Amino acid sequence: MDIIHTDVLVIGGGLAGLRVAIATRRRGHEAIVLSLVPPKRSHSAAAQGGMQASLANCFKGQGDDEDVHFADTVRGSDWGADQRVVRMFVNTAPKAVREMAAWGVPWNRVERGVRTAIINGKSVELKESDAAHGLIDARDFGGTRKWRTSYVSDGTGHSMLYTMSDQAIANQIPAHERTEAIALIHDGDRCYGAIVRHLVSGKLIAYVAKATCIASGGFGRIYRVSTNAVINEGIGTAIALETGVASLGNMEAVQFHPTGIFPAGILVTEGCRGDGGLLLDRNEHRFMPDYEPEKAELASRDVVSRRMEQHIAAGHGASSRFGEHLWLDIRLLGQQHIDTKLREVKEICQHFLGIDPARQLIAVRPAQHYSMGGIRTDYRGESPNLRGLFSAGEAACWDMHGFNRLGGNSVAETVVAGMLVGEYIADYCDSSDSDCSFSSALLEQSWKQQERYLSGLCDGRGNENAFELMREMQQTMTDKVGIFRHGERLSQAVTDLQSLLARSRRIGVRSQLRGANPELVTAYRVQKMLKLALCVALGALRREESRGAHFREDFPLRNDRDWLVRTLATWPDADSTQPSLDYEELSVMAMEMPPGWRGYGEKNHIEHPQTAQRQADVDAVLQRSDLSDRFARQQALMPYLDCLPPKYRGRNQRLGEQES
Amino acid sequence: MSDLIATAGRRIRLHILRHNPQDPESQPHMQTFELEEADGMTLFIALNEVRETQDPSLAFDFVCRAGICGSCAMLINGKPGLACCALTRELPDDITLMPLPVFKLIADLSVDTGEWMRDMSERLQTWVQGSELERDLDRFEQTMEPQLARDIYELERCIECGCCVAACGTAHMRPGFVGAVGLNKLARFRLDPRDERDDAAFYQLVGNDDGVFGCMTLLGCEDMCPKQLPLATQIAFLRRKMARQGLKKNPEE
Ligand SMILES: Cc1cc2nc3c(=O)[nH]c(=O)nc-3n(C[C@H](O)[C@H](O)[C@H](O)COP(=O)(O)OP(=O)(O)OC[C@H]3O[C@@H](n4cnc5c(N)ncnc54)[C@H](O)[C@@H]3O)c2cc1C
Repeated sequence: MDIIHTDVLVIGGGLAGLRVAIATRRRGHEAIVLSLVPPKRSHSAAAQGGMQASLANCFKGQGDDEDVHFADTVRGSDWGADQRVVRMFVNTAPKAVREMAAWGVPWNRVERGVRTAIINGKSVELKESDAAHGLIDARDFGGTRKWRTSYVSDGTGHSMLYTMSDQAIANQIPAHERTEAIALIHDGDRCYGAIVRHLVSGKLIAYVAKATCIASGGFGRIYRVSTNAVINEGIGTAIALETGVASLGNMEAVQFHPTGIFPAGILVTEGCRGDGGLLLDRNEHRFMPDYEPEKAELASRDVVSRRMEQHIAAGHGASSRFGEHLWLDIRLLGQQHIDTKLREVKEICQHFLGIDPARQLIAVRPAQHYSMGGIRTDYRGESPNLRGLFSAGEAACWDMHGFNRLGGNSVAETVVAGMLVGEYIADYCDSSDSDCSFSSALLEQSWKQQERYLSGLCDGRGNENAFELMREMQQTMTDKVGIFRHGERLSQAVTDLQSLLARSRRIGVRSQLRGANPELVTAYRVQKMLKLALCVALGALRREESRGAHFREDFPLRNDRDWLVRTLATWPDADSTQPSLDYEELSVMAMEMPPGWRGYGEKNHIEHPQTAQRQADVDAVLQRSDLSDRFARQQALMPYLDCLPPKYRGRNQRLGEQES
Repeated sequence: MSDLIATAGRRIRLHILRHNPQDPESQPHMQTFELEEADGMTLFIALNEVRETQDPSLAFDFVCRAGICGSCAMLINGKPGLACCALTRELPDDITLMPLPVFKLIADLSVDTGEWMRDMSERLQTWVQGSELERDLDRFEQTMEPQLARDIYELERCIECGCCVAACGTAHMRPGFVGAVGLNKLARFRLDPRDERDDAAFYQLVGNDDGVFGCMTLLGCEDMCPKQLPLATQIAFLRRKMARQGLKKNPEE
């Protein structure tokens, strides 16, 4: 048995994992990053549109600050988010963008003078100030009241990931590429690292660490139509679930992005609509204002995706031989804008649709995009059930997105979480809690169990086909656990997935190769993915309300009275075919912003009994004359600064804001 | 709409170089897979179909399948390119696929570009080096001219796919050559005012035959770059700067 020791084992080399590794390395702890692929190929590279942070540099960003970003994010989450975590996030996001700027990201910059922009279908002139010249620019995104999304053309994630990855190299952090964590080493109370399979040699290696951090990204590939990379299979999330003790939060909260190109599902960024692009139907009619007069194309993603599907169902979709779709029109932005700020979009349209988006319409339809749910952690990123296990980025649910994430808030989250959770992991490694002496029998047992398991898949006794099971799972999820959900279809999905899971336990792998063996990889992954799919489907079935991206046709209202709770899924019995679900209440009385209308989408909801009282408390605080400024008022409503590592508690400098 | 041009029904043949160095029994050989072309089929779709229905052991790499991540470069009918963006309808009935040369073979069409790129990054120190790296994050960012930011991004669009290296005469002969990918990166950092290295420092890194003087100006790199980066211009420019620097350092030469 090969054993590798380190202080911090980071599972994932995307933005979140790399930033965690850099943070802990700088605090003097050794870190190793594991990744299925070279870190720069992680899916973070595909983020196009940008990163939210309330810098308020550009004209349409004026008046923005942490408070506005906070309110937008909480509304976007449909009040599912942990508001304290959102506060930590919005205060750190400007620091994260500025740090990335110092490290080399070529953010687009504000240019002084008059510029033309397309807003709500019309060309308008905006005047940028001299003071803002050369500071970081921002574009508009859905569900935000200010232009807040910093961007690098439409290659934001690429630039960020390359900069971050090169910083990791500069910090001499080893990245063990083409490795896959397939199980955690733990004793039911404490995590000690992971059993890792080398994807080239097939070797199993035990990585022993004081702290283990899962930053393995989303699990979009449990769906057939997804914007996600093919490696986004959620294995990191699944191995946490397979401990039987660590819990996954809100797995039913799955985001569908309005503009996946049709039928391939490849994303064209929300920046297309942020920059002024419109959605049209078969008659080239702009339909979004009919449904959403306030925000039109720039309502939150869950709302826009639903309206699109509703419009298609009403018979207004354009038809093609692949089925129905709608159109995204960015012709009005002009060639010059597309050539400089939407270049990836242009290339994607050329390669995969054979069209020029400056002259032709883009066929689009909503596609699975983002996993709001994930490994449940506290605000420090640690699992409440398994000490020494941390998580950050899309894989985690510390819960800043609730039931719907805003565009641009995810890459921002990856870096912010990397900064904060990285500090907390370093604290943990500094403390005696992280003492890593444990029995070698446990280690050996964990390793042997995986060795036996993998041999079992290849022993020639199984007869089920892994690829087929994968296809069936993905089809079931897309057909029955999509944008519009219904109790009947959901229970059918749960039954189907359970039978697939049972079948997956009889998979037979034809090729005996232990090294680069794609069939073997699919075999063990599909078993894990089916468990995640069951958490999503069962969570969706049990949640009898509609909130954010989770929409139930049979329970169309948001129900704060009964469902202002976070779903927690665990898998205590390995042989079972379904997870066990539990619920954690969100306290209205602790909220800085009690539940209300989001400002877009449905206006009705069932109120929580404490909402009125909490709103009265909040209003009273806002009236208090002894609270001199917004910081004092915020502090009186919901103190959170203590939750931040001391080095990140400072106030962010802004144009037009008094320094105090 | 050209995605409505039906191409379904054609039989295409993929001739693939098979070899798995991990398997002692394996000998490099060509293997042919025949399949029916589907509408809008890319090599990403075709190769997955072969793996799922004909040979589960076929190895290749895809990640984003959208031309963004650079994982799937291979020789397509002899030319380096990204397989995910290659539409079969733009290719003949017979398609030959080989792994990228120069890089270490993992199996079949999968090569280790990651290790090569990391080594290049370490040798060239492809990160901003300056005193402003650790700033007070509460304060305004340093300003930058908008055009300069765009110019830097132009060079930063490289996705480290390896096509330029596979297409480079020097890289085939000199294992240490940093390739257009490496030279372009240094051009990017040279342009960036946040990076405080001067030409003398850059000369130390690329003022030799593994660097900018190894380039034979065959232009394969720029022709094959899937992101259409201006590689030849950047290399020529860097070479002039480094040659001048070289003269400064060794005036007698
Ligand atoms: C097409 C697209 C466009 C997007 N655009 C935007 C945008 O404009 N703005 C925005 O805010 N967000 C955007 N997002 C979302 C955002 O990009 C992601 O949520 C974010 O980048 C995730 O980063 P991460 O570090 O958590 O994970 P990832 O970048 O996905 O990295 C995961 C890492 O984990 C590794 N890994 C996974 N499993 C294992 C395992 N078992 N063992 C070892 N390693 C493992 C992988 O190799 C990889 O290195 C977009 C998403 C998509 C799909």
